[in-house]
Amino acid sequence: MEQLVNKYADKLIQAGLGETFGPSRPLIGGLDDTLVWNRPADEISVLENVFKGLNINSLVFLRPKEPYGSLIRFLAESALESTHKSPNNSIGLIQPKDCETRTFLHDLPVINEFSADQIIQALKKRKSVIIAPGKSNKNFKGPAIVAHGLVSPEQGFVTISSVCFANFIKFFTDYLQALQTGFATDDAHDLFDAVIPYLEPIQTTLPELIPSPFPNEETVYSAIIEAGQKTVEYGLVDSFFGNVSYFWNKTLYISQTGSSLDELRGCIDPVPMDGSTSAGLTASSELTAHLETISRTGCKAILHGHPKFSVILSMDCDPVEKAACAFKEQCHIKCPKKRFVEGTPIVPGEVGTGPFGLCNTLPRALEQTNSAIVYGHGLFTTGKDNFSEAFATMLEVENLCRNTYFKKIRRLRKA
Amino acid sequence: MYGWTGKILVIDLTKKNIEVETPDLDVYNRYVGGKGFGGKYLRQCATLPWDHPDMMICIFTGPLTGTITPTSGRTHILSKSPLTGLVGDSSVGGKLATRLKRAGWDGIVIKGKSKTPVGITIKDNLVEFKDATELWGLDTNAVHQQIGPGNASLASIGPAAENGVRFASIIVDRHFAAGRSGLGLCLAQKKIKYLLVDGTGHCKVKDLKKLKQAREDILRLTAASPALMGQFGFTCLGTGAVYDLMDNRRMMPTDNFRRTCFEHASRLNAAAYTKTYAPKKHGCLGCHILCKKIGTKNKKSFAMPEFETMSHFTALIGCMDTELVVKANERCNYFGMDTISAASTLACRREITGLDYTPDSLLSLLDDMALGRGEGKDLAMGAEHYAKKMGSPQAAMAVKGMELPAYDPRGAYGMALGYALSTRGGCHLRAYPISHEIFRKPVATDRFSFSGKARIIKIAEDLNAVVDSLIACKFTFFAASLEEYATAYEAVTGIETSAQDLLRKGECIYYNERIINALNKFDVKDDDLPDRFFTESGSSANNIHIPPINRDAFLDARKKYYDIRGLTTNGLPKKKKAQTLGLLWNNL
Repeated sequence: MEQLVNKYADKLIQAGLGETFGPSRPLIGGLDDTLVWNRPADEISVLENVFKGLNINSLVFLRPKEPYGSLIRFLAESALESTHKSPNNSIGLIQPKDCETRTFLHDLPVINEFSADQIIQALKKRKSVIIAPGKSNKNFKGPAIVAHGLVSPEQGFVTISSVCFANFIKFFTDYLQALQTGFATDDAHDLFDAVIPYLEPIQTTLPELIPSPFPNEETVYSAIIEAGQKTVEYGLVDSFFGNVSYFWNKTLYISQTGSSLDELRGCIDPVPMDGSTSAGLTASSELTAHLETISRTGCKAILHGHPKFSVILSMDCDPVEKAACAFKEQCHIKCPKKRFVEGTPIVPGEVGTGPFGLCNTLPRALEQTNSAIVYGHGLFTTGKDNFSEAFATMLEVENLCRNTYFKKIRRLRKA
Repeated sequence: MYGWTGKILVIDLTKKNIEVETPDLDVYNRYVGGKGFGGKYLRQCATLPWDHPDMMICIFTGPLTGTITPTSGRTHILSKSPLTGLVGDSSVGGKLATRLKRAGWDGIVIKGKSKTPVGITIKDNLVEFKDATELWGLDTNAVHQQIGPGNASLASIGPAAENGVRFASIIVDRHFAAGRSGLGLCLAQKKIKYLLVDGTGHCKVKDLKKLKQAREDILRLTAASPALMGQFGFTCLGTGAVYDLMDNRRMMPTDNFRRTCFEHASRLNAAAYTKTYAPKKHGCLGCHILCKKIGTKNKKSFAMPEFETMSHFTALIGCMDTELVVKANERCNYFGMDTISAASTLACRREITGLDYTPDSLLSLLDDMALGRGEGKDLAMGAEHYAKKMGSPQAAMAVKGMELPAYDPRGAYGMALGYALSTRGGCHLRAYPISHEIFRKPVATDRFSFSGKARIIKIAEDLNAVVDSLIACKFTFFAASLEEYATAYEAVTGIETSAQDLLRKGECIYYNERIINALNKFDVKDDDLPDRFFTESGSSANNIHIPPINRDAFLDARKKYYDIRGLTTNGLPKKKKAQTLGLLWNNL
């Protein structure tokens, strides 16, 4: 357990969500027969009581570093304000519309006190809680996120990553929409300006990846592992998650479900195209979409990440058109319009293979071009022979989306 | 009252009369349904022998049964196991629970004993006892053909139960088996040949809009699960999809657990069955996963073997013939006999006698077991009894008398702990650690480590206890969680609840089972694995090492589990803990 609490504390830092020193240093507790923490901290006395009140095996506590801290504070305070208007609720809710939240988290509860009772109340129902005390509260500096796990501290780590990602996407999406509809507040303008300096600089230098042709299976594994690592390194994922595949010798080699793209060694499933084995049972949820894409396009490499501005722009829709749209509440599965960011199509679709699964929309889109964005979810890119092309396209599309987003903002703010 | 009908049917077969119990809402909310209610009733007769006339058989639905909640169509059956003497229970698919609930009953409690074979028919409020003398001796398929249940649900036993097979099953709606624990024998002991249920009512839901939202969330999660609805998942290939994975992970019990990899596995997998039998999807009423597969050959349709059957009737006993597996599976289902226990007992025999099976000898031995002939009489008592009688008790791969399923614990230490601690014996489903140790859900854990596993197993047991009470299918929890099911519970019943509240109910239900087992003198000596797993290696490969399980590490994890579960160092329940959970206390 000691090893796990330390590992995921480090990973929060590597993911750019926490820091090695200062208030954003992650705090993780793991409980088997005894409770262990990755470090001493004042918060432990409250969190120990949370352990006592819940049937769980781990807790992750984080005051997210900037820009996440400010974004979460803004959205959390707004959620709490709405709560005050309805006296029956003591817990506020942030309701992001991205795919991760919709699928796995549903909504993000917010409380205003760092108290075991309030945390327990929220965590009894959901995987995480955001603590956003008012500015007058001198005892606890927020915002902070607490998330629990029943199996491993990794669950709390994944949840906190997703909460940060979801809030980032929500703020920038909401802000664009607020400008488009003329409802942007001064606070939102101020926050937008304040967080811009914290954004990672745009990257344009491409990594050198293993060149094709890959002579043997071992090289295929190495190339996938390397592509995963670089995707994380360039920040093209939500924390560490996405998927990678390569088609070689009538077999698709694909990252396993829930695998961390920076740790793919031992987490790649070979899936023969002839269906002679079901060993792909643990492959990525997007296995079907990858197989179908390979078969339709003849490409060999597929990369899937969650670059933030691609996701943000995928949710940008003309407010007037949207208001009149019959599917305005179901954009993620039924958006009827053909939408693009430059040449990259945006398609609806949910994770996996259900009737609205992205396996029904994405492969067709990738027949026309080597990149496609899934609404509110992420970006898929293909490479004819190796990962260099897929990686370059992913970076290019994300940079394009980012530039397009800021151009729109500038234009709207001028207006 | 929403979610429950408010009525439990109590049948006394000795007197041939019925009573209706109407528990308060508080009682319902506490025991939930299914396993929870079964345990409540079993506790009342916990120390009676399994075949005592006053021993109860409990057949329960749950509050989610009959609603649009995904995978809520299962029934939970519970009594004392003739095989183990422990709590004996089984979750079974089909449409029994839905029909029972729509007939206006939350469950049936059967006590007493009929003098002659009897069928129980329930049509809404009308309960009748039918003479089943002419059906006694017929196999389950023949019973189904004779009765022709139409829209009603039919549960019946076969000759195996009538002839005293300790692992006799109950077959529901032709294709679904309440396989483990020997519950078929419990029915046979009371002379019940069948149960026929039909109902025309509706199940009341408090907040349909909220339930629809919960349903949508659950469906979305299952669609995102490769193990369930991926193209190699249970929807497409049935539970047999696990076969390749177990062999690749070097966890396939082979030659009675003497090896963990089967060299013929690649041609005996789900893909091979699909090619030969073109199976179609089938499942419990209202389920969208449809993991049951119905194959066809020579214009005849039949249930395809589940993963455990595929594995144990090949690797475990050294057979290499898919057709033989299909035949053995069909024969077990017709006779009403658990395939896991049957195959494992045959594997034990093969190890002891050194005799390999031919198709004829294998099928013939299954016949002998079910019909109580010759050597079959001993085999019908289960592996532990057989091995002991043959002077080789170490050859029985069982925990507390129940034969182990098809996951070798040397390849998954959570599974090792789960097997040893299970309240019904060698069972993978109480804690179901395959979810995180193999399927990587909700996240992957290190399968070769006991670190953290004691608490993981405890929490998972609580979870699965309440899942079997709601009732929902455990497979769904490879994708969804109690978070979504708590919303469904709240929507259906109108009772405010949370995932953690449900876990707490699960803890009470599970602790009650520990008390029942303790009352029957089970303790730390029984919470263990066969020696083989601590002394012999599995089949290692270049990149996967399968050493024996370190006994000290296992014992340490077990000790931690006792502490976390609130048991003594002897594995016995504590008065204070029982009281904290609001459970009745008997001095042990």
